[in-house]
Amino acid sequence: MNWCEYPGWLVGSEVFQNYGCRMFSGLWMTLELVAISVTLGFVLAIGLAVARLYGPKWAQAAINGYTTFFRGTPLLCQLFLVYYGLGQFRVFWTDLGLWWFFREPFYCALLTFVINTAAYQAEILRGAIQSVPRGQFEGALALGLHRWATLRHVVMPQAMILALRPLGNELIVMIKSSAVASLVTLYDLMGATKLAFSRSFDLSIYLYAALIYLLLVEVVRRVWDRLELRLTRHMALR
Amino acid sequence: MLDKFALLGFGDGGWGLALLGGAAITISIALATLPFGLALGLLVALGKRSSNVVLRGLATGYTTVFRGVPELLTLYIIYFGLPLLVQESFRLLGASGTVALPPFVAGMVALGVVLSAFSSEVWVGALNAIPKGQREAAAALGLHKGQAFRLVVLPQLIRVALPGLGNNWMVLLKETSLVSVITLPDIMFITTRANVATKEPFLFFGAAMVIYFAFSLVSAWVVGRMEARANRGFAAFGGATR
Repeated sequence: MNWCEYPGWLVGSEVFQNYGCRMFSGLWMTLELVAISVTLGFVLAIGLAVARLYGPKWAQAAINGYTTFFRGTPLLCQLFLVYYGLGQFRVFWTDLGLWWFFREPFYCALLTFVINTAAYQAEILRGAIQSVPRGQFEGALALGLHRWATLRHVVMPQAMILALRPLGNELIVMIKSSAVASLVTLYDLMGATKLAFSRSFDLSIYLYAALIYLLLVEVVRRVWDRLELRLTRHMALR
Repeated sequence: MLDKFALLGFGDGGWGLALLGGAAITISIALATLPFGLALGLLVALGKRSSNVVLRGLATGYTTVFRGVPELLTLYIIYFGLPLLVQESFRLLGASGTVALPPFVAGMVALGVVLSAFSSEVWVGALNAIPKGQREAAAALGLHKGQAFRLVVLPQLIRVALPGLGNNWMVLLKETSLVSVITLPDIMFITTRANVATKEPFLFFGAAMVIYFAFSLVSAWVVGRMEARANRGFAAFGGATR
Protein backbone atom coordinates (compact mmCIF):
# COMPACT_ATOMS: atom_id res chain seq x y z
CA MET A 1 0.00 0.00 0.00
CA ASN A 2 1.26 3.45 -0.92
CA TRP A 3 1.59 6.11 1.75
CA CYS A 4 -1.15 8.14 0.09
CA GLU A 5 -3.66 5.35 0.60
CA TYR A 6 -3.16 5.25 4.36
CA PRO A 7 -5.35 8.22 5.38
CA GLY A 8 -8.33 6.69 3.59
CA TRP A 9 -7.56 3.29 5.06
CA LEU A 10 -7.26 4.77 8.54
CA VAL A 11 -10.65 6.48 8.44
CA GLY A 12 -12.15 3.41 6.80
CA SER A 13 -13.23 5.14 3.60
CA GLU A 14 -12.93 3.02 0.48
CA VAL A 15 -13.17 5.97 -1.95
CA PHE A 16 -10.64 8.05 -0.06
CA GLN A 17 -8.30 5.06 -0.03
CA ASN A 18 -8.78 4.33 -3.74
CA TYR A 19 -8.39 7.94 -4.83
CA GLY A 20 -5.97 8.97 -2.06
CA CYS A 21 -2.97 9.10 -4.39
CA ARG A 22 -4.81 11.23 -6.96
CA MET A 23 -6.04 13.54 -4.20
CA PHE A 24 -2.59 14.04 -2.76
CA SER A 25 -1.02 14.72 -6.13
CA GLY A 26 -3.92 17.14 -6.61
CA LEU A 27 -3.05 18.76 -3.30
CA TRP A 28 0.52 19.09 -4.55
CA MET A 29 -0.70 20.86 -7.70
CA THR A 30 -2.84 23.22 -5.59
CA LEU A 31 0.20 24.04 -3.45
CA GLU A 32 2.34 24.60 -6.55
CA LEU A 33 -0.24 26.87 -8.16
CA VAL A 34 -0.73 28.93 -5.01
CA ALA A 35 2.93 29.14 -3.97
CA ILE A 36 4.20 30.18 -7.39
CA SER A 37 1.38 32.64 -8.15
CA VAL A 38 1.40 34.31 -4.74
CA THR A 39 5.21 34.70 -4.80
CA LEU A 40 5.31 36.08 -8.35
CA GLY A 41 2.28 38.23 -7.57
CA PHE A 42 4.03 39.64 -4.52
CA VAL A 43 7.13 40.65 -6.51
CA LEU A 44 4.93 42.28 -9.14
CA ALA A 45 2.78 43.97 -6.49
CA ILE A 46 5.76 45.70 -4.86
CA GLY A 47 6.66 47.34 -8.16
CA LEU A 48 3.02 48.18 -8.88
CA ALA A 49 2.40 49.68 -5.44
CA VAL A 50 5.52 51.85 -5.58
CA ALA A 51 4.76 53.00 -9.14
CA ARG A 52 1.13 53.61 -8.14
CA LEU A 53 2.27 55.97 -5.37
CA TYR A 54 5.42 57.60 -6.72
CA GLY A 55 5.38 56.94 -10.46
CA PRO A 56 4.41 59.32 -13.25
CA LYS A 57 0.76 60.31 -13.58
CA TRP A 58 0.04 58.00 -16.54
CA ALA A 59 1.52 55.02 -14.68
CA GLN A 60 -0.58 55.82 -11.62
CA ALA A 61 -3.72 55.95 -13.71
CA ALA A 62 -2.86 52.75 -15.57
CA ILE A 63 -2.11 50.81 -12.38
CA ASN A 64 -5.24 52.15 -10.75
CA GLY A 65 -7.26 50.92 -13.73
CA TYR A 66 -5.54 47.53 -13.64
CA THR A 67 -6.19 46.92 -9.92
CA THR A 68 -9.78 48.17 -10.11
CA PHE A 69 -10.57 46.01 -13.14
CA PHE A 70 -9.07 42.77 -11.87
CA ARG A 71 -10.47 43.23 -8.37
CA GLY A 72 -13.88 43.97 -9.83
CA THR A 73 -14.27 40.84 -11.97
CA PRO A 74 -14.55 37.17 -10.93
CA LEU A 75 -11.44 35.00 -11.02
CA LEU A 76 -13.39 32.32 -12.89
CA CYS A 77 -14.18 34.76 -15.69
CA GLN A 78 -10.53 35.88 -15.87
CA LEU A 79 -9.41 32.26 -16.04
CA PHE A 80 -11.79 31.47 -18.90
CA LEU A 81 -10.74 34.62 -20.72
CA VAL A 82 -7.08 33.59 -20.52
CA TYR A 83 -7.49 29.86 -21.17
CA TYR A 84 -10.23 29.87 -23.80
CA GLY A 85 -10.04 33.51 -24.93
CA LEU A 86 -6.30 33.87 -25.45
CA GLY A 87 -6.12 30.28 -26.68
CA GLN A 88 -8.29 31.39 -29.58
CA PHE A 89 -5.36 33.26 -31.15
CA ARG A 90 -3.35 30.12 -31.73
CA VAL A 91 -1.70 31.33 -34.95
CA PHE A 92 -0.58 34.54 -33.30
CA TRP A 93 0.99 32.72 -30.33
CA THR A 94 2.62 30.16 -32.61
CA ASP A 95 4.21 33.01 -34.58
CA LEU A 96 5.47 34.52 -31.35
CA GLY A 97 6.69 31.08 -30.22
CA LEU A 98 4.47 31.24 -27.13
CA TRP A 99 1.89 28.63 -28.03
CA TRP A 100 3.48 26.08 -25.67
CA PHE A 101 2.52 28.44 -22.84
CA PHE A 102 -1.09 29.19 -23.75
CA ARG A 103 -1.76 25.58 -24.73
CA GLU A 104 -1.21 24.35 -21.17
CA PRO A 105 -4.08 24.87 -18.72
CA PHE A 106 -1.54 24.85 -15.87
CA TYR A 107 0.35 27.86 -17.24
CA CYS A 108 -2.89 29.64 -18.06
CA ALA A 109 -4.16 29.15 -14.51
CA LEU A 110 -0.80 30.31 -13.18
CA LEU A 111 -0.84 33.43 -15.35
CA THR A 112 -4.42 34.26 -14.33
CA PHE A 113 -3.69 33.77 -10.64
CA VAL A 114 -0.57 35.96 -10.85
CA ILE A 115 -2.48 38.76 -12.59
CA ASN A 116 -5.32 38.48 -10.08
CA THR A 117 -3.33 38.26 -6.86
CA ALA A 118 -0.90 40.98 -8.00
CA ALA A 119 -3.84 43.38 -8.24
CA TYR A 120 -5.04 42.53 -4.72
CA GLN A 121 -1.56 42.54 -3.20
CA ALA A 122 -0.68 45.86 -4.89
CA GLU A 123 -3.70 47.46 -3.21
CA ILE A 124 -2.71 45.93 0.16
CA LEU A 125 0.84 47.24 -0.16
CA ARG A 126 -0.32 50.65 -1.32
CA GLY A 127 -2.54 50.95 1.74
CA ALA A 128 0.29 49.80 4.00
CA ILE A 129 2.80 52.26 2.54
CA GLN A 130 0.27 55.06 2.89
CA SER A 131 -0.29 54.12 6.52
CA VAL A 132 3.34 54.74 7.43
CA PRO A 133 3.31 58.10 9.24
CA ARG A 134 4.48 61.13 7.24
CA GLY A 135 7.07 61.95 9.86
CA GLN A 136 8.99 58.83 8.86
CA PHE A 137 9.52 60.19 5.33
CA GLU A 138 10.39 63.64 6.66
CA GLY A 139 12.79 62.23 9.25
CA ALA A 140 14.57 60.17 6.62
CA LEU A 141 14.80 63.17 4.31
CA ALA A 142 16.17 65.29 7.14
CA LEU A 143 18.85 62.65 7.67
CA GLY A 144 19.88 63.08 4.06
CA LEU A 145 18.61 59.75 2.70
CA HIS A 146 17.45 60.02 -0.87
CA ARG A 147 14.07 58.78 -2.06
CA TRP A 148 14.96 55.18 -2.87
CA ALA A 149 16.97 54.75 0.32
CA THR A 150 14.05 56.15 2.32
CA LEU A 151 11.69 53.76 0.66
CA ARG A 152 13.94 50.73 1.07
CA HIS A 153 15.30 51.23 4.55
CA VAL A 154 12.66 53.28 6.35
CA VAL A 155 9.23 52.97 4.79
CA MET A 156 9.14 49.45 3.37
CA PRO A 157 10.14 47.59 6.56
CA GLN A 158 7.35 49.33 8.45
CA ALA A 159 4.84 48.94 5.64
CA MET A 160 5.57 45.21 5.38
CA ILE A 161 4.63 44.70 9.03
CA LEU A 162 1.34 46.53 8.45
CA ALA A 163 0.72 44.49 5.30
CA LEU A 164 1.47 41.15 6.93
CA ARG A 165 -2.05 40.35 8.12
CA PRO A 166 -3.91 41.28 4.91
CA LEU A 167 -1.25 39.47 2.88
CA GLY A 168 -1.87 36.34 4.95
CA ASN A 169 -5.58 36.70 4.24
CA GLU A 170 -4.84 37.03 0.54
CA LEU A 171 -2.78 33.83 0.66
CA ILE A 172 -5.73 32.01 2.23
CA VAL A 173 -8.13 33.46 -0.32
CA MET A 174 -5.85 32.22 -3.10
CA ILE A 175 -5.71 28.70 -1.64
CA LYS A 176 -9.50 28.63 -1.73
CA SER A 177 -9.93 30.36 -5.08
CA SER A 178 -7.40 28.05 -6.72
CA ALA A 179 -10.17 25.43 -6.74
CA VAL A 180 -11.53 27.06 -9.92
CA ALA A 181 -8.47 25.64 -11.71
CA SER A 182 -10.42 22.37 -11.73
CA LEU A 183 -12.80 23.99 -14.24
CA VAL A 184 -10.10 24.25 -16.91
CA THR A 185 -9.40 20.49 -16.85
CA LEU A 186 -6.66 20.69 -14.20
CA TYR A 187 -6.45 17.97 -11.58
CA ASP A 188 -5.71 20.06 -8.53
CA LEU A 189 -7.19 18.90 -5.22
CA MET A 190 -10.66 19.99 -6.35
CA GLY A 191 -10.24 18.42 -9.78
CA ALA A 192 -9.06 15.10 -8.34
CA THR A 193 -12.01 15.14 -5.95
CA LYS A 194 -14.46 15.75 -8.78
CA LEU A 195 -12.94 12.87 -10.70
CA ALA A 196 -13.25 10.59 -7.68
CA PHE A 197 -16.89 11.60 -7.24
CA SER A 198 -17.81 11.18 -10.89
CA ARG A 199 -16.42 7.63 -10.83
CA SER A 200 -17.63 6.49 -7.41
CA PHE A 201 -20.76 8.60 -6.82
CA ASP A 202 -19.71 8.64 -3.18
CA LEU A 203 -20.38 12.11 -1.84
CA SER A 204 -18.20 11.63 1.23
CA ILE A 205 -15.13 12.28 -0.92
CA TYR A 206 -16.17 15.95 -1.09
CA LEU A 207 -16.20 16.05 2.71
CA TYR A 208 -12.68 14.63 2.86
CA ALA A 209 -11.55 17.25 0.34
CA ALA A 210 -13.19 19.96 2.46
CA LEU A 211 -11.29 18.60 5.46
CA ILE A 212 -7.97 18.74 3.60
CA TYR A 213 -8.60 22.34 2.47
CA LEU A 214 -9.62 23.25 6.00
CA LEU A 215 -6.49 21.72 7.50
CA LEU A 216 -4.34 23.49 4.91
CA VAL A 217 -5.93 26.87 5.61
CA GLU A 218 -5.70 26.38 9.38
CA VAL A 219 -2.01 25.43 9.16
CA VAL A 220 -1.27 28.49 7.02
CA ARG A 221 -3.23 30.70 9.40
CA ARG A 222 -1.35 29.43 12.45
CA VAL A 223 2.05 29.65 10.78
CA TRP A 224 1.21 33.19 9.69
CA ASP A 225 0.18 34.14 13.25
CA ARG A 226 3.53 32.84 14.51
CA LEU A 227 5.36 34.73 11.79
CA GLU A 228 3.57 37.95 12.67
CA LEU A 229 4.31 37.49 16.36
CA ARG A 230 7.97 36.95 15.57
CA LEU A 231 8.31 39.86 13.15
CA THR A 232 6.62 42.32 15.52
CA ARG A 233 8.42 41.20 18.69
CA HIS A 234 10.46 44.42 18.77
CA MET A 235 7.33 46.53 18.82
CA ALA A 236 6.25 45.37 22.31
CA LEU A 237 2.63 45.59 21.26
CA ARG A 238 1.67 42.38 22.93
CA MET B 1 -14.48 42.55 -37.03
CA LEU B 2 -17.84 44.35 -36.88
CA ASP B 3 -19.86 41.25 -37.67
CA LYS B 4 -18.23 39.65 -34.65
CA PHE B 5 -19.71 42.33 -32.43
CA ALA B 6 -23.10 41.60 -34.00
CA LEU B 7 -22.89 38.35 -31.99
CA LEU B 8 -23.33 40.44 -28.86
CA GLY B 9 -26.29 42.31 -30.35
CA PHE B 10 -30.01 41.68 -30.30
CA GLY B 11 -30.42 40.89 -33.98
CA ASP B 12 -30.59 37.53 -35.69
CA GLY B 13 -28.05 35.15 -34.13
CA GLY B 14 -27.13 37.77 -31.54
CA TRP B 15 -26.62 36.73 -27.93
CA GLY B 16 -27.63 40.10 -26.47
CA LEU B 17 -30.93 38.95 -25.03
CA ALA B 18 -29.42 35.77 -23.56
CA LEU B 19 -26.63 37.80 -21.97
CA LEU B 20 -29.16 40.21 -20.46
CA GLY B 21 -31.04 37.24 -19.03
CA GLY B 22 -27.79 35.90 -17.58
CA ALA B 23 -27.03 39.28 -16.05
CA ALA B 24 -30.50 39.32 -14.50
CA ILE B 25 -29.91 35.86 -12.99
CA THR B 26 -26.53 36.95 -11.58
CA ILE B 27 -28.09 40.02 -9.98
CA SER B 28 -31.10 38.13 -8.65
CA ILE B 29 -29.08 35.37 -7.00
CA ALA B 30 -26.76 37.95 -5.41
CA LEU B 31 -29.72 40.02 -4.17
CA ALA B 32 -31.58 36.93 -2.96
CA THR B 33 -28.54 35.70 -1.05
CA LEU B 34 -27.73 39.02 0.60
CA PRO B 35 -30.50 39.34 3.23
CA PHE B 36 -30.31 35.64 4.10
CA GLY B 37 -26.51 35.70 4.45
CA LEU B 38 -26.40 38.95 6.40
CA ALA B 39 -29.13 37.92 8.83
CA LEU B 40 -27.52 34.54 9.43
CA GLY B 41 -24.17 36.30 9.84
CA LEU B 42 -25.63 38.57 12.51
CA LEU B 43 -27.03 35.56 14.35
CA VAL B 44 -23.62 33.85 14.20
CA ALA B 45 -21.99 37.06 15.43
CA LEU B 46 -24.36 37.19 18.40
CA GLY B 47 -23.51 33.55 19.05
CA LYS B 48 -19.80 34.37 19.06
CA ARG B 49 -20.34 37.06 21.68
CA SER B 50 -22.70 34.94 23.75
CA SER B 51 -21.85 34.04 27.34
CA ASN B 52 -22.84 30.45 26.58
CA VAL B 53 -19.70 28.37 25.95
CA VAL B 54 -21.44 25.84 23.70
CA LEU B 55 -23.02 28.52 21.54
CA ARG B 56 -19.71 30.37 21.27
CA GLY B 57 -17.89 27.19 20.26
CA LEU B 58 -20.52 26.35 17.65
CA ALA B 59 -20.45 29.85 16.15
CA THR B 60 -16.64 29.90 16.02
CA GLY B 61 -16.51 26.42 14.47
CA TYR B 62 -19.09 27.44 11.89
CA THR B 63 -17.07 30.43 10.71
CA THR B 64 -13.81 28.48 10.75
CA VAL B 65 -15.28 25.78 8.52
CA PHE B 66 -17.04 27.99 5.99
CA ARG B 67 -14.21 30.50 5.76
CA GLY B 68 -11.68 27.72 5.20
CA VAL B 69 -13.42 25.56 2.61
CA PRO B 70 -13.38 26.74 -1.03
CA GLU B 71 -16.72 28.21 -2.12
CA LEU B 72 -16.77 25.87 -5.11
CA LEU B 73 -16.53 22.85 -2.81
CA THR B 74 -19.23 24.21 -0.49
CA LEU B 75 -21.43 24.66 -3.54
CA TYR B 76 -20.92 21.06 -4.70
CA ILE B 77 -21.48 19.66 -1.22
CA ILE B 78 -24.75 21.54 -0.82
CA TYR B 79 -25.97 20.92 -4.36
CA PHE B 80 -25.34 17.17 -4.21
CA GLY B 81 -25.50 16.60 -0.47
CA LEU B 82 -28.55 18.51 0.70
CA PRO B 83 -31.04 16.49 -1.40
CA LEU B 84 -29.47 13.27 -0.07
CA LEU B 85 -29.87 14.54 3.47
CA VAL B 86 -33.52 15.45 2.87
CA GLN B 87 -34.12 12.08 1.18
CA GLU B 88 -32.60 10.20 4.11
CA SER B 89 -34.67 12.08 6.64
CA PHE B 90 -37.80 11.42 4.60
CA ARG B 91 -36.89 7.74 4.48
CA LEU B 92 -36.68 7.69 8.25
CA LEU B 93 -40.20 9.11 8.33
CA GLY B 94 -41.36 6.31 6.05
CA ALA B 95 -41.72 8.30 2.83
CA SER B 96 -39.81 7.46 -0.32
CA GLY B 97 -38.88 9.12 -3.58
CA THR B 98 -36.11 11.36 -4.82
CA VAL B 99 -35.61 15.01 -4.08
CA ALA B 100 -33.87 17.40 -6.43
CA LEU B 101 -32.66 20.80 -5.32
CA PRO B 102 -33.22 23.63 -7.82
CA PRO B 103 -29.81 25.12 -8.72
CA PHE B 104 -31.01 28.57 -7.68
CA VAL B 105 -31.81 27.39 -4.16
CA ALA B 106 -28.59 25.39 -3.89
CA GLY B 107 -26.58 28.40 -5.04
CA MET B 108 -28.42 30.67 -2.65
CA VAL B 109 -27.86 28.38 0.32
CA ALA B 110 -24.17 27.80 -0.46
CA LEU B 111 -23.36 31.45 -1.14
CA GLY B 112 -25.48 32.54 1.82
CA VAL B 113 -23.70 30.20 4.21
CA VAL B 114 -20.30 31.45 3.04
CA LEU B 115 -21.49 35.06 3.20
CA SER B 116 -22.80 34.55 6.73
CA ALA B 117 -19.42 33.21 7.86
CA PHE B 118 -17.59 36.22 6.44
CA SER B 119 -20.15 38.84 7.44
CA SER B 120 -20.27 37.51 11.01
CA GLU B 121 -16.70 38.81 11.41
CA VAL B 122 -17.83 42.24 10.28
CA TRP B 123 -20.84 42.15 12.61
CA VAL B 124 -18.63 41.15 15.57
CA GLY B 125 -16.29 44.06 14.88
CA ALA B 126 -19.22 46.46 14.63
CA LEU B 127 -20.86 45.09 17.80
CA ASN B 128 -17.60 45.63 19.65
CA ALA B 129 -17.51 49.22 18.43
CA ILE B 130 -20.84 50.10 20.09
CA PRO B 131 -19.99 51.50 23.53
CA LYS B 132 -21.23 49.47 26.47
CA GLY B 133 -22.88 52.58 27.90
CA GLN B 134 -25.47 52.47 25.13
CA ARG B 135 -26.84 49.13 26.35
CA GLU B 136 -26.57 50.21 29.98
CA ALA B 137 -28.47 53.42 29.29
CA ALA B 138 -31.12 51.44 27.42
CA ALA B 139 -31.43 49.10 30.42
CA ALA B 140 -31.68 52.11 32.75
CA LEU B 141 -34.55 53.41 30.63
CA GLY B 142 -36.35 50.13 31.21
CA LEU B 143 -35.90 48.58 27.76
CA HIS B 144 -35.45 44.85 27.88
CA LYS B 145 -32.58 43.13 26.08
CA GLY B 146 -34.40 42.56 22.80
CA GLN B 147 -35.68 46.12 22.66
CA ALA B 148 -32.27 47.53 23.52
CA PHE B 149 -30.76 45.59 20.65
CA ARG B 150 -33.45 46.46 18.12
CA LEU B 151 -33.98 50.12 19.01
CA VAL B 152 -30.59 51.24 20.29
CA VAL B 153 -27.79 48.98 19.08
CA LEU B 154 -28.98 47.95 15.60
CA PRO B 155 -29.43 51.46 14.13
CA GLN B 156 -25.90 52.37 15.20
CA LEU B 157 -24.55 49.03 14.08
CA ILE B 158 -25.46 49.57 10.42
CA ARG B 159 -23.25 52.64 10.13
CA VAL B 160 -20.18 50.94 11.58
CA ALA B 161 -20.70 47.68 9.70
CA LEU B 162 -21.47 49.23 6.31
CA PRO B 163 -17.91 49.41 4.87
CA GLY B 164 -17.24 45.77 5.78
CA LEU B 165 -20.62 44.59 4.55
CA GLY B 166 -20.08 46.52 1.31
CA ASN B 167 -16.89 44.50 0.87
CA ASN B 168 -18.82 41.28 1.55
CA TRP B 169 -21.30 42.27 -1.14
CA MET B 170 -18.55 42.80 -3.73
CA VAL B 171 -17.08 39.39 -2.94
CA LEU B 172 -20.53 37.81 -3.16
CA LEU B 173 -21.21 39.40 -6.54
CA LYS B 174 -18.04 37.84 -7.96
CA GLU B 175 -18.66 34.49 -6.27
CA THR B 176 -22.01 34.15 -8.02
CA SER B 177 -20.00 33.25 -11.14
CA LEU B 178 -19.42 29.83 -9.52
CA VAL B 179 -23.11 28.87 -9.65
CA SER B 180 -22.72 28.43 -13.41
CA VAL B 181 -21.12 25.02 -12.63
CA ILE B 182 -24.41 23.77 -11.18
CA THR B 183 -26.18 24.81 -14.40
CA LEU B 184 -27.80 28.02 -13.19
CA PRO B 185 -27.95 30.16 -16.38
CA ASP B 186 -26.04 33.20 -15.07
CA ILE B 187 -23.59 35.33 -17.09
CA MET B 188 -20.81 32.73 -16.96
CA PHE B 189 -23.14 29.91 -17.99
CA ILE B 190 -24.53 31.87 -20.94
CA THR B 191 -21.10 32.99 -22.16
CA THR B 192 -19.76 29.44 -21.86
CA ARG B 193 -22.66 28.23 -24.02
CA ALA B 194 -22.14 31.08 -26.47
CA ASN B 195 -18.47 30.09 -26.69
CA VAL B 196 -19.39 26.51 -27.53
CA ALA B 197 -21.86 27.68 -30.20
CA THR B 198 -19.82 30.43 -31.86
CA LYS B 199 -16.16 29.57 -31.08
CA GLU B 200 -15.56 33.18 -30.08
CA PRO B 201 -14.35 32.79 -26.46
CA PHE B 202 -12.38 36.03 -26.29
CA LEU B 203 -15.35 38.11 -27.37
CA PHE B 204 -17.83 36.46 -25.01
CA PHE B 205 -15.67 36.10 -21.90
CA GLY B 206 -14.48 39.67 -22.56
CA ALA B 207 -18.11 40.76 -22.61
CA ALA B 208 -18.74 38.86 -19.36
CA MET B 209 -15.78 40.68 -17.78
CA VAL B 210 -17.24 44.03 -18.86
CA ILE B 211 -20.67 43.17 -17.42
CA TYR B 212 -19.21 42.05 -14.08
CA PHE B 213 -17.01 45.13 -13.98
CA ALA B 214 -19.99 47.39 -14.61
CA PHE B 215 -21.84 45.68 -11.75
CA SER B 216 -18.83 46.23 -9.47
CA LEU B 217 -18.56 49.90 -10.36
CA VAL B 218 -22.28 50.48 -9.79
CA SER B 219 -22.10 48.58 -6.47
CA ALA B 220 -19.11 50.62 -5.32
CA TRP B 221 -21.01 53.81 -6.13
CA VAL B 222 -24.17 52.67 -4.32
CA VAL B 223 -22.22 51.51 -1.25
CA GLY B 224 -20.41 54.85 -1.23
CA ARG B 225 -23.72 56.69 -1.29
CA MET B 226 -25.11 54.52 1.50
CA GLU B 227 -22.03 55.16 3.62
CA ALA B 228 -22.29 58.90 3.03
CA ARG B 229 -25.95 58.74 4.07
CA ALA B 230 -25.21 56.65 7.18
CA ASN B 231 -22.44 59.06 8.17
CA ARG B 232 -24.50 62.23 7.89
CA GLY B 233 -24.24 64.01 11.22
CA PHE B 234 -20.84 62.51 11.97
CA ALA B 235 -18.34 65.29 11.32
CA ALA B 236 -15.33 63.02 11.73
CA PHE B 237 -16.49 60.90 8.76
CA GLY B 238 -17.22 63.83 6.48
CA GLY B 239 -20.92 63.85 7.24
CA ALA B 240 -21.31 67.37 8.58
CA THR B 241 -19.84 69.11 5.54
CA ARG B 242 -22.52 67.74 3.26
